This record gives sequence, C-alpha cells and structure tokens, in this order.
Amino acid sequence: MAEIRNYTMNFGPQHPAAHGVLRLVLELDGEVVRRADPHIGLLHRATEKLAENKTYLQSVPYMDRLDYVSMMVNEHAYVMAIEKLLHVEVPLRAQYIRVMFDEITRILNHLLWIGAHALDVGAMTMFLYAFREREDLMDCYEAVSGARLHAAYYRPGGVYRDLPDTMPQYQSSKIHSEKQTRRRNENREGSLLDFIEDFTNRFPTYVDEYETLLTDNRIWKQRLVDIGVVSPERAKALGFTGPMLRGSGVEWDLRKKQPYEVYDRIDFDIPVGVNGDCYDRYLVRMEEFRQSNRIIKQCVDWLRKNPGPVITDNHKVAPPSRVDMKQNMEEMIHHFKLFSEGFHVPPGEAYVGVEHPKGEFGIYLVSNGANKPYRLKIRAPGFAHLAAMDEMSRGHMIADVVAIIGTQDIVFGEIDR
Amino acid sequence: MTTTQQEELSLALTKVLSGNIISLHKHFDEITIVVSSEDSEAAFEILRDHETLCFDTLIDLCGIDYITYGDTSSLAGDPQGKRFAVIYHLMSVALNWRLRVKVFAVDNEFPVVSSVAEIWAAANWFEREAFDLYGIIFTGHPDLRRILTDYGFIGNPFRKDFPLTGNVEMRYDEEQKRVIYQPVSIEPREITPLVIREENYGDSQ
Repeated sequence: MAEIRNYTMNFGPQHPAAHGVLRLVLELDGEVVRRADPHIGLLHRATEKLAENKTYLQSVPYMDRLDYVSMMVNEHAYVMAIEKLLHVEVPLRAQYIRVMFDEITRILNHLLWIGAHALDVGAMTMFLYAFREREDLMDCYEAVSGARLHAAYYRPGGVYRDLPDTMPQYQSSKIHSEKQTRRRNENREGSLLDFIEDFTNRFPTYVDEYETLLTDNRIWKQRLVDIGVVSPERAKALGFTGPMLRGSGVEWDLRKKQPYEVYDRIDFDIPVGVNGDCYDRYLVRMEEFRQSNRIIKQCVDWLRKNPGPVITDNHKVAPPSRVDMKQNMEEMIHHFKLFSEGFHVPPGEAYVGVEHPKGEFGIYLVSNGANKPYRLKIRAPGFAHLAAMDEMSRGHMIADVVAIIGTQDIVFGEIDR
Repeated sequence: MTTTQQEELSLALTKVLSGNIISLHKHFDEITIVVSSEDSEAAFEILRDHETLCFDTLIDLCGIDYITYGDTSSLAGDPQGKRFAVIYHLMSVALNWRLRVKVFAVDNEFPVVSSVAEIWAAANWFEREAFDLYGIIFTGHPDLRRILTDYGFIGNPFRKDFPLTGNVEMRYDEEQKRVIYQPVSIEPREITPLVIREENYGDSQ
C-alpha cells in the first residue's frame, strides 16, 4: 500500500488571492487543510518606532499608510488619542465632518473588500462595479484634502480645513467629448456636500445591484455558506471585533456601545449575523453599506445647516489662520513653534479605540511630556483576525482558504505596521 | 466608560482582586491596575471568569521599554527601575467596560512574564509580537517565534537602545549573485530634536 503523508504547501507571498504579502504555509492532507501557518511581517515598516522619532503632527500621514483602504479612520483614532491626552475640545462641526468621512471611508473599505472577495471567489464583475463607486468617493477625499488616498485630513483639534464650496470638474479631451464631459460634470456643479448627497441618493440602488449579483447567487453561496464558522464565544476569545464579531451574532459596535464624536446623536442600526460563517459576514457588511449611507445623509443635513469652525482655536495645538499669522506676532510664534518643535503632550497614557471598517482600531499612546510620543502601539483589527486563520481554515479545502482570507478583509498595511 | 461604570469597576476590582493588585489608577475614563508578574496568571483567570468583571476579550497586548522615560512619577504604576513591562488592554463585551493591566518584568536583562495564551486565544500572536520586538519571554506560550521581523533577524528592534536605522542593510551583490546583508551605511539623523520642557514653561506668573 502506498504511504500516506501530509503535504506542506507554500501559498504566497505573491499570490493574487493573498491580498498583499501574506505567506501561508499550509499542511495538507489531500486537499484538506490540517494546519495553516501565516507568515507575516513582509510589509513591516516599524511605524510605531518611526512615530517615536517624529513629532505628533509628523506621524499623522503614517496613519494613512497603515490600513491603506480606510485611511481617515486610522487618523481618527490617532488624533483622538492625542486630544484625550491634551484635553482639547473639538468643534462640533469638525466632529460631524469626521463622522461623515469615517462613514465614507467605511463604504470605501467595504467596496474594496466586496470587490476583492468576489474576485477571489470567481465573480469578476463585482470588482469593476466596486471601483466605479470608489472613484466618486475618492473624489470626495481629493476635494477635501487634495489627496485621493493618503489624506492626512484629520488633525489634532479638528480637521485640516472646511468642506469646499466647489467640486473639481472633468475636462473634455480627445477621449471625452464636450457633451459627454457636461454629462459627467452634472453632479459636480454644486458644493462637496451636494455631490455627497447625490451619491447617497444613488448608492442604495448600487447596493441592490451588488445584492442581485451575489446574495442569491448559487456559486457565491456554495463558496461561502458554512465556511469558516466561528462561535460567539470563540470570536470573543480570539479578539474578533467589527463585522467579524457581529457576523457571529454578537451585537457589538463601538459606535453604539462606547460612542465617540457625535455617533450618539445619529440614528443607525447594527446588523448582526446568525451562523458566524463567511456568508453571514458578507450580509453584515452589505447592511453596513446601507447604514453608513444613512449616517452620511444625516451628517450632510446637519453640516448644511450649521456652519462654524472646524478646528480648535487653541493655537498651541492647531495652527492659526494664514492671515492672522502674517499680521500678528504671537500667531507667528505659534506657527513657528508648531511646525518646528511641535506641540508637547502632557505625560500620561491613553487608549482610544474606534470602530474601524475592519473592527476595533486602537491607539495606545504613552507620553513623557516631550514633543514626540514615547510609545505608540497600534492595535490593528486584522492582526487578531489573521491570527485565527489556523483555527478558521482547519478541516476546510484549499479553495476555502481563499474565501476565509477574503472574509477576514485582510490588509497588510495594518497587520504588519 | 462612564464615571459610574468606572466607580463600579474599581469597586469590583478591589473586592475581587484585592490580594493581586499592587496599585490601581484612574485617569481620564480609564482604569489601570498593576499586577506582579508572579501571580499574574491567577489574576487574569479571575478577571476573565469572575461574573462581576467578565473580561471576555483581550483587545491588545504590547510590550514597553521604560529605559529612557525620565520622570516616571506621572505614570500609572511606578516602574521602580524595572525596564520592561507588558500592557494588556482587556474589554468586556458582556458588561461593556475596559481595563488596562500592567505587568512589570522583574529581570531587566532577561524579561520573563507568564503567557496568557491559554486564557485568551488572541494573546498568541500579540505575545509573539512582544517577544519579537522587545525580547520579552512568555513562559507557557505554545509557539514563541518571531513574527514581524525578517527570517534570521538579530536583535529586538523596538527596544530604546536599538537604532532607528537598524544595524544591517540588504542589497543584491553582483559578484556573488545573491542578496547579502552588510552593516548600515547611513548615518542616524534626527530631523526634529526631542524636547521635554521644564515645569511651568512659558508660565507668566
């Protein structure tokens, strides 16, 4: 009789379904996974160590580069940790802007997730649809911060600047005729808020489109139902947060349970799964699209009615306006000190967690009173999720590993830091 | 965490864990307790299982190196010359509260703390990370390997005495036709100097 033995197979780091630089060492019995050992760290940049050697403000752009598909939410946790240590009050308008952009970011993140997840499982169309909508949202990023991905828009004390009154418009070219360009610019005639409102009106129908393509799709269900089942108890023990925890039926959302900014003034629901499999997590995230859309609508309404400052007037933390700076000696000094030495954060430690699209994103900040953090620890949700890879994929087939990676919504920027 | 919750939690902690807690600090809306490394395992088990505490999730675990901290009087839990500590962030989904636990490693040269991987499965990778970056040994860990740094990496990069540039750099060697490691060629530089202001700086009184 032939000798039966397990095979060890290497998966990645350059595998299209590895979502970046994941190296998985799989121990296989035939096609059944007996053990999965993820090797991570191929994208390790020591962000935390770099932040210890930069002033607080200089590290804001590093946060964008952690989870590079939900940039502003990363910044949010970081600036909130600094504000907590500094006891800085953030103007209400800035809080609404932050909440609105957090939700825009959540949609951006989930769009990439659904695109990549469906592509891994074999549904090519989703990827193209998702990127069509991402385009509009990244235009919002660009309008407000000048950058389409790495915004650096949230600052300690508020946001960098108020929402613009105009949207950038397309120019006609050899490829796009005058008439075509006019049509493309139709929803860009007004302010950024008009554009966002137009998007929130269109978006629910897009989500319906995705759902018609996937939710009842036979192949999609065959690939996801009963794959990677996690019980609520295990999910909590494994440190799951966000949609991964909610998919297992635990009603937990920091926006509701430990509200920050203005989430307690906003009306929305938390979707919860039942079985804790990949399909339930898919349904949870699809519902989050709709809920985020609802939150954005409410923020747009509020922001239209309530103009006001968007950053604190404490010029020891936030820079003064350019006009004041050029006319006033004291403001000049503030400006100079802020951008040369940076502000000082009183000694102490603080932990702030926010509801990131992937789970709880936390910043643990230790300060010794200097202009740089003494220790910055980034709690990345994906790190805990990927750690459960072994447990989730045991006993499944190789092809299911791809579905599990997809459902975990892995992004290596935040896992490797 | 609301103020009433904070009071409630600190009461429950002093009642249930009075023997294990070295000190308890309240700051902002957070509570930090310090637990000695000898009986940390027992304390964590109580924290997870006791019905009035019910910390079912380990949110985060990280190491810290206090060697250049300076004046430690403002810290929750005085290190008293101890260099390394492990910081646990616990959360209770059931009771909706959080707790920070600090465990100082007794020996500065060979920091050892007992593992909580048996108590919270999430600790497995977090402890590997702290081991990798700070060289803290977790006794009882099922699989203590490096996790973030390169295969064959030497040193613990997040210790304060490890240079930001690292010690070695990698390049492709044309003659040997392979990737080689060599000592770093870049000078360490500090773009913005580190400043800690003296007390009452800029105070007009």
